[in-house]
Amino acid sequence: MENIQALMQGFELALSMHNILYMILGVLLGIVVGVLPGLGGPNGVAILLPLTFGMDPTSAIILLSSIYWGALFGGAITSILFNIPGEAWSVATTFDGYPMAQQGRAGEALTAAFTASFIGAICGVLLITLVAPLVASFALRFGPAEFFAVYLLTFCSFIGMGRENRGKIGISLCIGFLLAAVGMDSISGDMRMTWGSGELMRGFDFLVVVIGLFGVSEILMTVEEGLEFKGKNARIQMTVVLKTWAQMPRHFVTLVRSCAVGMWMGVTPGGAIAASFMGYGLARRFSRNGPNFGKGEIEGVLAPETAAHAAGTSALLPMLSLGIPGSATAAVLLGGLMIWGLQPGPLLFVEQKDFVWGLIASMYLGNLAGLIIVLLTVPLFAAIMRVPFGMVAPLILMVCAIGAYTIANSIFDIWLMLGFGIVGYVFKKLDYPLAPMVLALVLGDRAEEAFRMAMLGSGGDVGVFAANGLVSTLIVFALTLLLWGPISDLMARLRGKVATE
Amino acid sequence: MFRPAIALVALASGIGPAMAWEPTRPIEIVVPFSPGGASDQMARTIQGIIQKNGFTKAPIVVVNKPAAAGAEAMMEIKGAEGDPQKLLTTSTGVFLTPMTTKLDLAWTDYTPVAMLAEDAFALWVNAGAPYQSAQDFVEAAKASGAPLKVGGTGSKREDQLIALGVNKAAGINTIYIPHTGGGQASTQLAGQHLDATTNNPAEEVANWRGGATRPLCVFSAEALPYTEKVTEDESWHDIPTCASQGLDVQYQMLRGIFLPGGVTSEQQAYYVDLFTKVSETDEWKEYLERSALLPEFRSGEDFVTYLQGEEEKHRAMLSDAGFLVQ
Repeated sequence: MENIQALMQGFELALSMHNILYMILGVLLGIVVGVLPGLGGPNGVAILLPLTFGMDPTSAIILLSSIYWGALFGGAITSILFNIPGEAWSVATTFDGYPMAQQGRAGEALTAAFTASFIGAICGVLLITLVAPLVASFALRFGPAEFFAVYLLTFCSFIGMGRENRGKIGISLCIGFLLAAVGMDSISGDMRMTWGSGELMRGFDFLVVVIGLFGVSEILMTVEEGLEFKGKNARIQMTVVLKTWAQMPRHFVTLVRSCAVGMWMGVTPGGAIAASFMGYGLARRFSRNGPNFGKGEIEGVLAPETAAHAAGTSALLPMLSLGIPGSATAAVLLGGLMIWGLQPGPLLFVEQKDFVWGLIASMYLGNLAGLIIVLLTVPLFAAIMRVPFGMVAPLILMVCAIGAYTIANSIFDIWLMLGFGIVGYVFKKLDYPLAPMVLALVLGDRAEEAFRMAMLGSGGDVGVFAANGLVSTLIVFALTLLLWGPISDLMARLRGKVATE
Repeated sequence: MFRPAIALVALASGIGPAMAWEPTRPIEIVVPFSPGGASDQMARTIQGIIQKNGFTKAPIVVVNKPAAAGAEAMMEIKGAEGDPQKLLTTSTGVFLTPMTTKLDLAWTDYTPVAMLAEDAFALWVNAGAPYQSAQDFVEAAKASGAPLKVGGTGSKREDQLIALGVNKAAGINTIYIPHTGGGQASTQLAGQHLDATTNNPAEEVANWRGGATRPLCVFSAEALPYTEKVTEDESWHDIPTCASQGLDVQYQMLRGIFLPGGVTSEQQAYYVDLFTKVSETDEWKEYLERSALLPEFRSGEDFVTYLQGEEEKHRAMLSDAGFLVQ
């Protein structure tokens, strides 16, 4: 109950007039930042960080975290409208969000995404409010072996749940691992597959690859199909928001499942990216509408968005209480905390009560303000789909190029983006799934690093992956999910045979 | 007739030096590590100090280029030859990266501006560990069946050199596990997944204060100067040196600022002056104390001589460890 009391004081602090203004300003800035791929949350927050040095820490963190919320909301916009994920965790949102937009249901998809984000974030904040100290110490139980198990679980839940040809999934996954291996190997410090090139040393930046694979290849596909005027059915009415909300209760189970996945992944520093893929994979397998996933199923938007935001929000908990950032944006915020003279760590909750609870209160309010603001913009953004594609395409390509360039201020990345655009096009033509490759690229090197650290520590004994209850549960769970797909398919086939006989 | 008159007035009133070079575009501070790390904190503190005190009219931007353990940032600054609006924050990586990779880099490609501080390292253990001194740790390492796990930042860099130095000095055999950052290593130590870390003070201070980890000794020649209490009963100054505990390993790391090569001496002088001003502010002194950094300001010849000495020292250490590539 002490927490609730502290939270109420936090609300008092966050609800002062100037803090509310900062909150709205932050959300608006964040949406702009989130809509431009490449600029992204971390850069947006980093650019504005110096502006806040003159402010008191509570107002500063409210402004910056509101930018973070805004960017989270904004990231979904380009994913749904143009198939360009602005952030790594919006990738899974494109799988069904973009088909929905193409069917003229952009308004519905956007509303679903925003609402899901909000629900996910609120779940995350509730978790922080209620069990902050308890959960914080849980994250400490994660050593390299446990981290590896979490990544394995993500791969398995996504792949085992896949409905595409398993061979093709495997190939796509392997290409992703191969790409993830390029650059410096953090364990030995040696360069891998860089062929002496300074540009490749950086490895393949996830966003550059994704902008190419999804955004650019989509433009190629559409051009091939003859610049069809797909968005003409997009209706611009506020009622679409209410209609979408009316559907929400039907997807209650999906929302709850994704919240649980997200909170778990956020706290066990698995992160929002892993959470969004896992949320999507699980929903696809366990939903009644599973077979429609990938063709514009609203649950396919709800599941990853809820999970990503529940994770993204819960991830702030390890940052505040342990000083480990759960995401790049969180890392910049962390830098800010230190500059304001606040030391993130176990004592922050004790020494800086006002600040911590002001921040937590602003998470509730910032998300609410964010939801209202983005919902008001739904008709506006949905209207973009009415503009003929021939006019929008060059603009999208330009935004893609700027995005790819901004990530590392490198022209080489624009070429890389175009190259991956062609790869994505070929994949789609040959009917290979892109998602496993992207997943392997994002989490591949982290999984490898965790595996090798675990091996170094155990002296090469694979037994570390069964050394305690936590890690062995995770591994068993992962393998179950991996085999679930093939086994249930086999059972279905056997049953089918029996039925036809 | 008009122009010479102005020039005369300028000379007479002593505005002459103000005519020297000044940045006209935003100044970019390139940080070779990811946001939130020690280098990043330093760059952002500098950015804050310069802007708050109005030391320059040009805006200051901090850019993180963390790929390949800092090599990316070094390549970028090397490519920016003659550009006086780009700065590189460096640590010992300025020698280590060229010597441990096959990349065509050398610290002499850059223009040294100033050394801002020296960073100490300490041997940290979990607060619940039985070791009370460096000697206890060495004894435990000797007695343990499986090698003890020592964590630090990066591979073939400062932290690993120290860990190897400890092995050699004490005749023990610990295993070094590289992490992507000191914060990560500190958390792993707090969770008892490691037996020790060789972190910088700033990387461990949060967990030390939170009662999760504690230092056994510092790898410096003398105890740290800061006597203000950090935890309830200990200050940085209270940590004994490792040498005094019979573990004779000493290592400190420079933190400094470089410009790209090929800039004019006027441009270099401008930044030396700028960073001299920064180093004299109270905010900077507070930052040093908070991060337990040692104030060691050097510029010009003094800095170059220091760099040459350090380079030789590291060459020998790397060659001992078998990490030397070029």
